[in-house]
Amino acid sequence: MTLLLGALTIGLILSLLAMGVYISYRVFDIADITTDGSITLGASICAVLIVRGVNPLLATLGGFAGGLAAGTVTGVLQARFRINALLSGILVMTGLYSVNLHVMGKSNVPLLSGTSFMTWAERLGQTCFGQPEVDLLGWPVSARDLVTLLGALGMIVVAGPGLYWFFRTELGTAMRAAGDNPQMIRALGVHVERYRIMGLALANGLTALSGALLAQYQGFADAQMGIGMVVWGLASVIIGESLTGSRSLGLAIYGAVAGSVLFRLLVAIALRWGLNPNDLKLVTALFVFAALVLPQLLQRWKRSAVLAQPRS
Amino acid sequence: MLTVRNLCKTFHAGTVNEVRALCGVSFDLPEGSFLVILGGNGSGKSTLLNAVAGCFRLDEGEIHLGTHNITRWPEHRRARLIGRVFQNPFTGSAPSMSVAENLALAARRGLPRRLGWALSKGLMSEFRDRVKQLEMGLEDRLGNAIGSLSGGQRQALTLLMATWLKPALLLLDEHTAALDPKSADQVLRVTEAIVKHHKLTTLMVTHSMSQAVNLGDRIVMMHKGAVAYRFAGADKQRLGVEDLLARFEDLRRRELLDETAAALLEETYV
Repeated sequence: MTLLLGALTIGLILSLLAMGVYISYRVFDIADITTDGSITLGASICAVLIVRGVNPLLATLGGFAGGLAAGTVTGVLQARFRINALLSGILVMTGLYSVNLHVMGKSNVPLLSGTSFMTWAERLGQTCFGQPEVDLLGWPVSARDLVTLLGALGMIVVAGPGLYWFFRTELGTAMRAAGDNPQMIRALGVHVERYRIMGLALANGLTALSGALLAQYQGFADAQMGIGMVVWGLASVIIGESLTGSRSLGLAIYGAVAGSVLFRLLVAIALRWGLNPNDLKLVTALFVFAALVLPQLLQRWKRSAVLAQPRS
Repeated sequence: MLTVRNLCKTFHAGTVNEVRALCGVSFDLPEGSFLVILGGNGSGKSTLLNAVAGCFRLDEGEIHLGTHNITRWPEHRRARLIGRVFQNPFTGSAPSMSVAENLALAARRGLPRRLGWALSKGLMSEFRDRVKQLEMGLEDRLGNAIGSLSGGQRQALTLLMATWLKPALLLLDEHTAALDPKSADQVLRVTEAIVKHHKLTTLMVTHSMSQAVNLGDRIVMMHKGAVAYRFAGADKQRLGVEDLLARFEDLRRRELLDETAAALLEETYV
């Protein structure tokens, strides 16, 4: 049960990452590797601020701001300097590795001292349930974990519809159009490059926010924690799309959240069944590969099956 | 009033691919008039339209629209004054977004876009009314992705979008060339109706002689990046398709003559 609770919580936290990847990958059609750096940036800024005794809310917002800045840099490289989208992401991600080490001063910052959201969750659990263990459908679980899960759920219930609302505003629809058909929206008076920068900033801001929350949940920030996270986000978005079977905006955002949670659960189960944790990234990459290639293959098979039929 | 003075543009200057696309094009377009730009392939007619739209920087020349000198304005800034329909029906709208969302984007052309809900109720009923005037039955499909519509329907909607807020200038870039004849006729009818209704200043590029004869109140015929012939007023009204064809033939013959003359000169003197 504790395992399930943990998987759900991490899945929800990482669904912010999935939303970020949805913006860069589906709205702007860019596989934005900045993600790998910005999730760590969010985590390290937040961790350092918390260790220094800053209010966890401000520390988390600090991480978010770091992601906004990282995304802006990637956007500027693409829009102003016309650097290939993939390469811009690689450059910023590589640069961020050093930035993150500088922010933290070392490669790992444990959150032993200072108040984080987890401290709040523990306190809240105490006041709500009066004891460290709660009985959930017959299983004993820690009150802190339960409160954390509910908190993460609450956060997504705000963030998901919030993102949906944003993309239905005048500004947000124009941003989607900037990804969908830049030439058309430019002819309607939109500075496409600026919108692209804003979109990437938002995407990486959400990713960094996810990193800030993850650092607090797992109790540390680490320079290596971002490796492969963009693929993780892609996996979530793709699972979400196959779950909802739709690319419409509302369902896609909901799908990204559901995909993130489901993927985390699958991983937890696989690890439990004895998957070597070292193989995790390889399996994730293979999974995304399969998800990208299978629909094409299926279509080709279908077409050749139709062609192979004797003509009547 | 659109004033175009001495536009020059050479693409890939200094390379083997050098193309002198515009060489000193000038014309005036008074408010409310409809100019048809005619020309063969590579005559520079689309380049001229793109120059007015602001797709590239000019080497020389000036463009004034109304009281503004827009020569150095970037494309998105000119969009405040200019509505535009492209040759490719897929260029003018965002395919994955709904008809209503596309119209909502057009309803803010050149205006600041804020955090207000894009599809307000008032706007939706306005969409329904004005889309109904297209007489394509699209008023019941406002929620559909625009990518699911036919080329003709998309082009008619693009036209509506370009003129949703009255533009100081409407640019039509061979906007019926990629459509089947029936849709092309339909879109032309819509074009005429909208231009007449709003008394729009219009610049249309076409290679169809019959469109040039039937539409507009003046014609500029382009050849090799320069203006070859102009017709306006009574001259334009009298003009028939045969007259235009004759002028084209003239241009072609002059070109042939140029080449043979050059060859002759070469033989004699080199």
